[in-house]
This record gives sequence, structure tokens and C-alpha cells, in this order.
Amino acid sequence: MSLKLKALLKSPWVFHLSTGSCNNCDIETLDCLTPRFDIERFGMLLVGSIKHADVLLVSGSCNRMSVERMKALYEQVPKPCLVVAIGTCSGSRGIFKDSYNCPVPLDKIIPVDVYIPGCPPKPEAIIAGAVKLIEKVGGAT
Amino acid sequence: MTFIYLLVFGFAATAVLGLITSWIDRKVTARVQYRVGPPFLQPFIDIVKLLGKETVIPAGASKVTFLIAPVIGISGVIAVSTLLWVNQFFSDGFMGDWIVAIYLLTIPSISLILAGFASRNPLASLGASREMKLVIAYELPFILAALVPVISAQSIRLGVIIDSQAGGVFAGSISGILALIVAIMCVQAKLGLVPFDIPEAETEIVEGPIVEYSGPGLAIFKLMKNMLLFTLPFFLMILFFGGIRLHGINILWTVLEYVGIVAIITVIRNTNPRVRIDQAVKFFWGPMTLIAVVAVVLALNGL
Repeated sequence: MSLKLKALLKSPWVFHLSTGSCNNCDIETLDCLTPRFDIERFGMLLVGSIKHADVLLVSGSCNRMSVERMKALYEQVPKPCLVVAIGTCSGSRGIFKDSYNCPVPLDKIIPVDVYIPGCPPKPEAIIAGAVKLIEKVGGAT
Repeated sequence: MTFIYLLVFGFAATAVLGLITSWIDRKVTARVQYRVGPPFLQPFIDIVKLLGKETVIPAGASKVTFLIAPVIGISGVIAVSTLLWVNQFFSDGFMGDWIVAIYLLTIPSISLILAGFASRNPLASLGASREMKLVIAYELPFILAALVPVISAQSIRLGVIIDSQAGGVFAGSISGILALIVAIMCVQAKLGLVPFDIPEAETEIVEGPIVEYSGPGLAIFKLMKNMLLFTLPFFLMILFFGGIRLHGINILWTVLEYVGIVAIITVIRNTNPRVRIDQAVKFFWGPMTLIAVVAVVLALNGL
């Protein structure tokens, strides 16, 4: 594995993007930063600017309004970057599958590396997903 | 020889010590919040990772200024830390190097202002203008506080200031301790830490001037801040504690002084909310300047 990728996996800074979710996934994501779970142990930091991010955490069902913003943000992430779909909505649109407002699921718009199902997923599940992401990317090269 | 000083002491030693200090800062912050905190090598890994990322230049930004601003900042820090190391260990410096050190310590803030205005981002411009106000606010008390050791040592050379503290450190006198309090507050603002992280305010203007930076540019800015985290306490140690002393029991004192200053900065950072820019200016021009003036007057009277 190259040094570049190794360092990326040791300090993935995450940017949190809600594409029209009900905010439950967002709350559970923020729970990962609390003393009980503390993802800074693994070098993860929540950053405010998309330009500083390595991992894009997407939650929500990608409605028409937010898809354009999401595409713009995905283009602005400095590569290499990884995308994680958090929750059932961003994985498969969930109960909004037949909604007029959510025509396309997330993985048809931007490439997704890991799906974390659940409505909302527990913080444990999100951390397990992060571990799987690191294993997948680290093992592939 | 100058090149070796610049590269080995000014850059390498300062960067390593600064990154270790930033780990201490993050670890103590985590422990204060009942978290575990990052592993020891985390700051190094962050820098390596950022160096490997893509550089995104925002459309319409001033390209040259945008790319050169971090380099200006880090060269300022390298120059000032070289000056301090050389004064500490190798020579007596030259007449007026105290002024040069004060001057060079402002360069990082200037580079942040340049970066903010070159980014063509409203948040970055806002952060840069706040940084500018903050510089105007803290420079006066900082210079007054740094003037106290000069008055006590009767010299404007850093080497003489270090030597004249062989008998007793300036932090032991009344004027010294008052000036030290003021200087620590100003260092807090110079480092951009809570309660004076108004230019960077993560929750309102997302990192301020460096919002548009990515990859190597961001890495250099992070490295610059971490190097300042070592250089400023080092400067305070030279002014008030007689610098680094490496014989006998004094090694222990040196480490304790350094860790003490860093711990005070970290604890202030963790126990205070962010103030507004007008409150910060009032704080520095009001009580802090007053205390610094009192310290200068006391120092002039030999106290």
C-alpha cells in the first residue's frame, strides 16, 4: 500500500452532508464524536469545509433540490476521497422509493464505497462501517 | 552554516517539537472531555496525508497569492524559530534581534490575512478581516509585555536577556509575572485558540481564512500553526524564564516550564467560550494594556 493511501486511512477527515434526511442519521453520526464512542481515537475529525474532507458522509434520500448541491460538493472534494452512504434513505431511498421528489438513488449519482443500513443506524454500526471501509480500501491495493 | 541552522533547527526541530506539542494539546483536550484522544503519531499522519491530496484552486481566486500565502507564513515561522534557537545555543545574536523576533511573529497572521482575501470566498474574507482586527488588538499589549524583560535586562538583545537571567528569572519579579500573564493571553490570540479563535470560528465561518485550502497548502498552514505552538512558548521562555537550560537539574525545570505554559494555554482553551471580536478588542485594549503598562512602570522602577 502506498504511503499516501496509508496516511489517508489513518486520518480520514469526514464531511457530513445531509441530502434531505429526517436528521436522525445526522444525530447518530454526531453521536460518534461523543466521549462514549470517540472516533478521534482513529484519527477521524469532523471538518466544516468540504475542501478539508477525505470522506463524504451522505445521509438522506437525495431529493431534486439537493442532488445538484451534492454533485457540486462531490466535485470540490480534493481527490482521493471516499463516499459513505449512511442510513436506508441514502442506500436505497427507503420509504421514499416511489416519491416524486426522489427519482434517483445515491449510488446512481456518485460512486459509493460503503453502505451503512439502518433507520437510523446505531453509532456502533457507523463505526463498523468505517472499519469495513478501511479494510476494503486497504485490502484492494 | 546559516543554511544548516535554518534547516535543522528552524525547520526540522521546530516542526517535530511543534507537532508533538499539538498532540499534547489534542490529548489533553480529549481527556478534559472524557475521551481517549488521538494516537501519538496522529499530527504527523495528518500532515503526510494532506501533502498527498489534490490542490483545488477556487475559480476566480488570485492564483499566485493563494498559492504563495502559506509559504510566506511558514518562512516567517522558520526565520523566527531559527533566530531563537541560534540565540539560545550558538551566539549572542545582534543588536535589536528582539525587534526582529516581534516583527517576524506577525508574519503568520499576515499570511492568513493574505490567504483569506485571495480565496474569493465570503467566509474567508470575513475571517481575514477579523484576523486583521485581532492583530491590531493584541499587538500593543504583546509588545508592552515583551518590553518588560528588555527593561529588566537593560538590553535589546535576546542573548543578553537570556544571560542576565542566570541569577534569577524575570518571572520571579512582580513586573515579570504581570507581563507573563498578559503575554500568555496574547499568545492565545496569536495561536488562534479559544477564546480568541474568532477568525477561525469553526462553527460559524468554518475555519475562516483557510476555508478554501486543500492538500499541500492546508498541510503547510497546519504545520505553520503547530510550529507556532512551539515557537511562541519558546519565545516566552526566553523572555521570562531564561530560555532552555541544559545542565543538571535545570533540564527538569526547562521541561516543566514548557509543559506548564502549554498546559495553561490548553486549559484556557478548554474552559472558555469564544468571545466576539469587539469583546476581544475591548479585552486587549482595556485590562490587558493596563496591566502591561503597570508592568512596564514597575520594571522601570526596578521591581
